[in-house]
Amino acid sequence: MIGQPLDRIDGPLKVTGQAIYAYEHWEPGQPLYGVIVGATVGKGRITRIDTDSAEHAPGVRMVMTHRNAPEQGARDESVPMEYWRAQPVLTSPDIHYHGEPVALVVAETLEQARAAAALVHVEYAAGRGRFDFAAYEDEAYAPKEANGGFPTDTEVGDFDTGFSTADVRIDQRYTTPYELSMPMELHACLVQPRGEDLIVYVSCQIVDAALASIASTLRIDPARIYIITPFVGGGFGSKLGIHAETILAAIAARALREPVKVALTRQQIFQLVGMRPTSSQRVRLGAGRDGRLVAVAHDVTMATNPDIEFAEQTAATTRSLYAAPHRLTTHRLTPLDLPRGADVRAPGEAPGLLAVESAMDELADALGIDPVELRIRNEPAVDPESGVPFSDRHLVECLREGARRFGWEHRPTTPASMREGRWLVGYGMAAAIRKHFQGQATVRVRLEADGTAVVQTDMTDIGTGTYTILTQVAADGLGLPPERVRIELGRSELPTSWGSGGSWGAANSSTATHRACVAVREKLLVTACGDTGSPLHGLDPAEAVFAEGSVRIGGADEALSEILARNHPDGVQAEGETRFMGDDPNYAAYSIHTYGAHFAEVGVDADTAEIRLRRMLGVFSVGRVLNPKTTRSQLIGGMIWGVGAALQEEAVVDLRSGAFVNRDLAQYLMPVHADIPDVDAVVLDGYDDKANVLGMKGVGELGICGAGPAIANAVFNATGVRVRDFPITLEKVLPGLPLMDT
Amino acid sequence: MRSFTYERPADARAAVAAASRSGAKFISGGTNLLDLMKLDIEHPSHLVDISRLALRDIDELPDGGLRIGAQAANSDVAADARVRTRYPVLSQALVSGASGQLRNKASTGGNLLQRTRCPYFYDTAAGCNKRDPGSGCSAIDGSNRIHAILGASDACIATHPSDMAVAMTVLDAQIELLDADESVRRVAITDFYRLPGDTPHLETVLRPAEMITSVVLPPPPPGRQLYRKVRDRASYEFALVSVAAVVSADQATIAQARVAFGGVAHKPWRSVEAEAALTGRPATMATYRAAADAAMRDAVGQGHNDFKIELARRTLCRTLAQAAQSS
Repeated sequence: MIGQPLDRIDGPLKVTGQAIYAYEHWEPGQPLYGVIVGATVGKGRITRIDTDSAEHAPGVRMVMTHRNAPEQGARDESVPMEYWRAQPVLTSPDIHYHGEPVALVVAETLEQARAAAALVHVEYAAGRGRFDFAAYEDEAYAPKEANGGFPTDTEVGDFDTGFSTADVRIDQRYTTPYELSMPMELHACLVQPRGEDLIVYVSCQIVDAALASIASTLRIDPARIYIITPFVGGGFGSKLGIHAETILAAIAARALREPVKVALTRQQIFQLVGMRPTSSQRVRLGAGRDGRLVAVAHDVTMATNPDIEFAEQTAATTRSLYAAPHRLTTHRLTPLDLPRGADVRAPGEAPGLLAVESAMDELADALGIDPVELRIRNEPAVDPESGVPFSDRHLVECLREGARRFGWEHRPTTPASMREGRWLVGYGMAAAIRKHFQGQATVRVRLEADGTAVVQTDMTDIGTGTYTILTQVAADGLGLPPERVRIELGRSELPTSWGSGGSWGAANSSTATHRACVAVREKLLVTACGDTGSPLHGLDPAEAVFAEGSVRIGGADEALSEILARNHPDGVQAEGETRFMGDDPNYAAYSIHTYGAHFAEVGVDADTAEIRLRRMLGVFSVGRVLNPKTTRSQLIGGMIWGVGAALQEEAVVDLRSGAFVNRDLAQYLMPVHADIPDVDAVVLDGYDDKANVLGMKGVGELGICGAGPAIANAVFNATGVRVRDFPITLEKVLPGLPLMDT
Repeated sequence: MRSFTYERPADARAAVAAASRSGAKFISGGTNLLDLMKLDIEHPSHLVDISRLALRDIDELPDGGLRIGAQAANSDVAADARVRTRYPVLSQALVSGASGQLRNKASTGGNLLQRTRCPYFYDTAAGCNKRDPGSGCSAIDGSNRIHAILGASDACIATHPSDMAVAMTVLDAQIELLDADESVRRVAITDFYRLPGDTPHLETVLRPAEMITSVVLPPPPPGRQLYRKVRDRASYEFALVSVAAVVSADQATIAQARVAFGGVAHKPWRSVEAEAALTGRPATMATYRAAADAAMRDAVGQGHNDFKIELARRTLCRTLAQAAQSS
């Protein structure tokens, strides 16, 4: 089954509306509804808060503010990962960012709660906030480390000398905007108190993190909390942790002893779930005339919330990308009074590759070398920073195969030289790289007496296909048809995993599932081969083949159901695990990444500078593919996000109030169908035996990596205009367009 | 809760009578009003649903024009064979707006009356003279990339978001109105909308309870009609700048031309200055450029939207060139 394009197991449930999401659960009976009131200043202090009229409004059961919120556990930085930490809310009258929760109103209906929320009267003493990144960029400091445990700075060789003596030098600054994850399913939860226990239906990516975070915030025994999240409508990083809606619903449900639902509004997602910080990236490339890089530097300054530091690993992407003897990468942060930074799909690579792969295109142009060829000439033999071997690097194959399939040889070598009617046409490409992470996961596989397998883990399916791929892995692992495998996910009483995030979920849970299946097989073989009543008695278990619900050794075989009936009337089960990469020697001994190459053709209107994608191709190397259908969906989704990152996405800060101005999906633009005419993703055959026993690596975030700069480079090729301030909106290209003379 | 009452009058007279109640508002497709109610920007206490009135027809007029019922859906008007052949600029403008689903719901009258997309209008924590007279304009010193370059005031720099209305402006449409006293009047579309001045909350000359019953299109003007919309993505997005043009060229000379812009002002912007610079002139890029300069003579940028002036010039030049070429 592994490698087959199995349809989504959960697809029929989803398209018929039977997949129940967090906010839709009804088991607890009629719930109460909470609505969050957000601060309308970006910095300051509440001087007065009048909840009287809200409290007396129809149906209102509770108005919670900092004055009556219970004391909560503090955010504890000794807990290693942010998403497991306490996330207290309504702790003081101080306002740290626009939209910060100042009250929760709970009422019998959503409409009542919303109306009463509008009656909460808050007065503020507005402080002087720091909202303008450009104004404070020079005040940046060096964080202790970058997100994901990456070192803040790295240096190899002597960059200054290497760069200053290079034949050709590129030294440019690129800026990227604030961006947000916008899952279709809003961040939402329903909390049902049952005695002292809390049952939490929440849309989240990591069950274990949600559990730990709620327990430490509410200061209750984790054993009293049950998380249920069988379906999640997208996360993209924004549901790695839980947010104000979950904490407030849990506090309210405990206090009122009734189930409480709270969902964020789309506008509140711009304020309360974390964002990709804005960045200013200086990239310096020094190369010989032959195109070989001698010096590479990537210096990144980003915004961070002053209280909750987040240093996106934006320069880390450069560390393993190209060979060069002299190398330098740095991360710096400037504190701004804005919502916290957080993981947004492909943290680090998405903004980092926009800069570095644009700079590589500038270098190719300066040298007069084909951009594909330039990258091939800088292919390293070993990891260029750490010196360790690559586990399975096929970047050059991706580049060559992509160029061949795309027809790269038709690229206009001179910018602004190809015209079709009113369209200036250009080709662009960029490389993709993403570090493969491995995290902890435990999976229990139970073979029931009837020969059905049940796979259990608290791993989530956030729309990526977990149900489907674990079905395939377990079917292969036990020699069963897929319809005899049942997957149970997203509940805290199931074996623990680090959930979906960092593109590690598929590899972690599949590897653990595979190992659990191996352990189940061993148990079955021990009994069968030792059972005088079995035709397999006395045969060598090492020769066993599990297929079609039977075990075969040599010419003998026996149905699983018979082995089970005789020896395991209650079924047989075993657990499998994967370890954190820090405890797996392969991840220190090898440089383990996924790779790709993006090719894009754009048209730019010669009169108006409107940029429209014409076609796009990505060729990727991800090790072994579990399911080509779900893989392709992930990759194409990422590529389309890259189109938006290049051309449209930007959360705009009002520099006076610190508010995001365009905080809805009518104003925060992303591609619509008409923007995406022809996008294809191709995956090379592969198997990375250093990554894990299945030879597979994560694909979720790879698609966005490098997709944006391929578009940007195509815009340059079409127009001769290099825009270094993303997104590339038309006014940035317009001044460079040819005069209108005909 | 903010409760409101709802009624569905049987005919137009009953509708205007119902709308005479204080706090009443007409609702048709609801594609704009319902959002604004949820966001606490509009708070009608009584909704008069006029979507099922017998005002959905598109009728021939004896002079060769068309009368479009105010309740005709945007998608029906866009698809009407007479509109497509005789008023292609209107059909093009309609299909360039919103999405298929919205066009199916949105009415002709409602489209004319849609509110601005200024982000500060939508943010009830921000000052906005249009939403809350006297509270100031947050856009002037704020984020103003999509705002007006023509006809703005110190009180408001918002733009009107309609595409349809721009095409109707270039077609010299007349808007038929029924007042609560059952009097009927016709207003030229250019007179229908107001500039912001110091009363940006007043967007049209509609009297309280007065209802749009239809839009009358005069016989089509001679020449080739074109609508060109420039926007940040290929669909489902408002115009940064749009141009509706009708050009009648005889040999290499422009006999007659009409020009209107969208996305540049508080109302669809008919440019008589551009038209004067075109009439009787040779159909060359130099003429179009002169017309564009004339159209933008009084244009003022607010900072982020400075680019719109050049964008409007270039969009006009290309649209005129295309229209003249094929007329």
